[in-house]
Amino acid sequence: MTRMLALLPLLVAVVFGGFFLWGLNPERDPNEVPSVLISQPAPEFALEPVAGLETPGLSRADLVGNETPVVVNVFASWCVPCRAEHAVLTSLVERDGIVLFGINYKDEPDDAARWLAELGNPYARIGSDLSGRAGIEWGLSGVPETFIVGTDGTVLYRYVGPVVGEVAVAKFREALTQAGALKQEGV
Amino acid sequence: MIPEIGHFALALALALALIQSVVPLVGANRGKLLWMRSARTTSIGQILLVSIGFAALVRSFVVSDFTVINVAANSHSLKPMLFKVAGAWGSHEGSLLLWVLILTLFGAGVSVFGSNIAESMKARTLAVQAWISVGFISFMLFTSNPFDRVFPAPADGNDLNPLLQDVGLALHPPFLYLGYVGFSIVFSFAVAALLEGRVDAAWARWVRPWTLAAWMFLTAGIVLGSWWAYYELGWGGWWFWDPVENSSFMPWLLGTALLHSAIVTEKRDAFKSWTILLAILTFSLSLLGTFVVRSGLLTSVHAFAVDPERGLYILGLLTLSIGGSLGLFAWRAPLMEPGGVFRPISREAGLLVNNLILGAATGTVLFGTLYPLFLEAVTGEKISVGAPFFNATFIPMAFPLILLMGAGPFLSWKRADLSGVLQRVKFVIGLSVFATLVVWYLLERGPLLAYISVLLAVWLLLATLREWTMRIRLFDIPLAQSLRRARNLPRAAHGMTLAHAGMAVAMFGFIGSSAWKTEEVVFVAPGTVIEIAGFDVTFEGVERVKGANYFADRGSLAVMRDGEPVTTLYPERRYYPIAESSTTESAIRSTLAGDLYASIAEPASEDAELSGAWTLRILYEPLVNFIWIGSAMLMLGGALSMTDRRLRIGAPKRKSAIPAVAAPAE
Repeated sequence: MTRMLALLPLLVAVVFGGFFLWGLNPERDPNEVPSVLISQPAPEFALEPVAGLETPGLSRADLVGNETPVVVNVFASWCVPCRAEHAVLTSLVERDGIVLFGINYKDEPDDAARWLAELGNPYARIGSDLSGRAGIEWGLSGVPETFIVGTDGTVLYRYVGPVVGEVAVAKFREALTQAGALKQEGV
Repeated sequence: MIPEIGHFALALALALALIQSVVPLVGANRGKLLWMRSARTTSIGQILLVSIGFAALVRSFVVSDFTVINVAANSHSLKPMLFKVAGAWGSHEGSLLLWVLILTLFGAGVSVFGSNIAESMKARTLAVQAWISVGFISFMLFTSNPFDRVFPAPADGNDLNPLLQDVGLALHPPFLYLGYVGFSIVFSFAVAALLEGRVDAAWARWVRPWTLAAWMFLTAGIVLGSWWAYYELGWGGWWFWDPVENSSFMPWLLGTALLHSAIVTEKRDAFKSWTILLAILTFSLSLLGTFVVRSGLLTSVHAFAVDPERGLYILGLLTLSIGGSLGLFAWRAPLMEPGGVFRPISREAGLLVNNLILGAATGTVLFGTLYPLFLEAVTGEKISVGAPFFNATFIPMAFPLILLMGAGPFLSWKRADLSGVLQRVKFVIGLSVFATLVVWYLLERGPLLAYISVLLAVWLLLATLREWTMRIRLFDIPLAQSLRRARNLPRAAHGMTLAHAGMAVAMFGFIGSSAWKTEEVVFVAPGTVIEIAGFDVTFEGVERVKGANYFADRGSLAVMRDGEPVTTLYPERRYYPIAESSTTESAIRSTLAGDLYASIAEPASEDAELSGAWTLRILYEPLVNFIWIGSAMLMLGGALSMTDRRLRIGAPKRKSAIPAVAAPAE
């Protein structure tokens, strides 16, 4: 019995060692978040508008048949980085004329309405995802996340985290340009 | 030329380590004193040679010798001198050299100061220490040579990551390594004991000062890192349960368990195999930390340049050291004879529960840290385990631990009288409950968990003080006599009181700054006023300032309370053009009651920048400074305990009953 007990630490260490060896595979990048939705049709969902807002709600059907690819941004009033990101999105809408849809994720309608009243509302449509169900369909890892959806309803690009700061904005604009939602830079 | 001397010195150190890993061991097995004593020379030789190597590297950084790749990659001629020196351990190669320096430092320390340790034990311990030296010096020389040259030399360097250009962080690695690597000598003692097949009170006493030293330095290292994260990262938190933070925290938890279980081994000759196992596992977790940081195994904010070959080499070292020592443990530990018996209510039992909880807590942190890797290996799914998991599992385990921590010192060895103990602490219990109710009455808000924590922290503080006053019989006998008793009390007892009280003080900081923190994140334009925790903070605008190797946007915030000006805060956002990255420098108004903490993020867009609008994060963190005060008390407690008389003079020598020189019978 004592003998078995004394052997136990070694056995545990061996199991750990096996996992570590596997983890060292150079192909593996622990920082990469897989985006299952890329090049896939956007998931099926239908969301009511945010109560107390004039903006209409958002469903799968609204993503299809637009003139240009659209941007779907997942935000919440309780999300601090969203606040910083809001100004970037507003400028994309106002200066570059992109079409911006929003999914208001797990947010009280009152809070969301107050938030948008304070910061301005750049969204053409906002779906209220109070239960977080649509968030599951979209495979969210957190808030904010921003997707670019093609005119046929295919997800072209996903950005995890706030599009804030020179590097992130440049990366996102590049993706928009490739998707055809943005005219070439400087034109 | 100088870098080559450094490189050569390291190669010589490897040769000495190879000799030291064999000769003393053979000497100990064959009883040859001279062979055993050779470890003294070789271990001092090792530290001298590694110091030469380290000095050569520091010199290359100081004079900005960009022909050395490591310097070119991590330094810049314009960098302030302090950070040039600190840059020597800012990279993977340099920090590894520091690691080895500290490893040899502890080896030499035992051979110089360990005059009371039995020769064979000392020889075996130093041999084991040399095995570790061989592993890591060869790792450095074969995969991560800090002295590699580049020709032609670049005109200037790439600069050190600006986040790391900070006093707190310049000191963080040396202290952390002194702790991490300090446990290597405890590990060596444990393996030597297994080789010798004997653990006794004397062994526990030999190991104690080294365990205490490593534990103190590790505490200092963790706290410095936490303090740095607090003021530098601009989020205002001091602990993030990041995998690398966890890897330094696990050896600390287990090292704490080791400190306590070694007491039982020393005083009661029990818990022997357990103490040995803890000594092995504590250093194994230190090694694991080194591995995690340098292999890119997990997602973390801390990482060195990742190279799978290096990861494989360290994994090999881990397999040899951890696998070898645990194998030896499995073979030899069952042969150790069990020590003294004790009743379920006794100090031994208390320390046993302490060890079980600390062990379980370590296991939980380990599991949470590695779970993403396990899950990905088994199912391919990627997840991250964050603070909610650790808070939900760690805090409930900490509660009974704190409860016990207050009561434990009242228990006597072998068999304690529970009702007697309760009798002595009932006043303390009453007072703690009363104090908590007062806090509740005053604050009225906050989660229940916070009030339970307050109750426990007050209990720990008062119980610890009560135990101390009982020992010196304060108020019981005249003050002068009490003071004399205090002087006669072993320093280890004072150390325990100070450390336990420090834990309670730190807890006030943990609780205040997490449960009663207030936070505002707002867009501000010049003139905006924010109200927070009774302060009125006016944003006055941002100006451009220039530093040595950066330029910065400095905001100014006028802080008023009740219409009286309190102070002006200058949070900065620095941009380092050479390293092409930016950092936040938060501004903090620090008082014992709490910190008012401000940091500015970048302007949200170009438009916002023109209009002078910025994102401002402003927090009030009540009692946060108690964390640093309490941690300092923990360290001082350790230091006090280390200077205890019994550790300085070693095992008590029995006075011979018969006079050495018999008087001639006349």
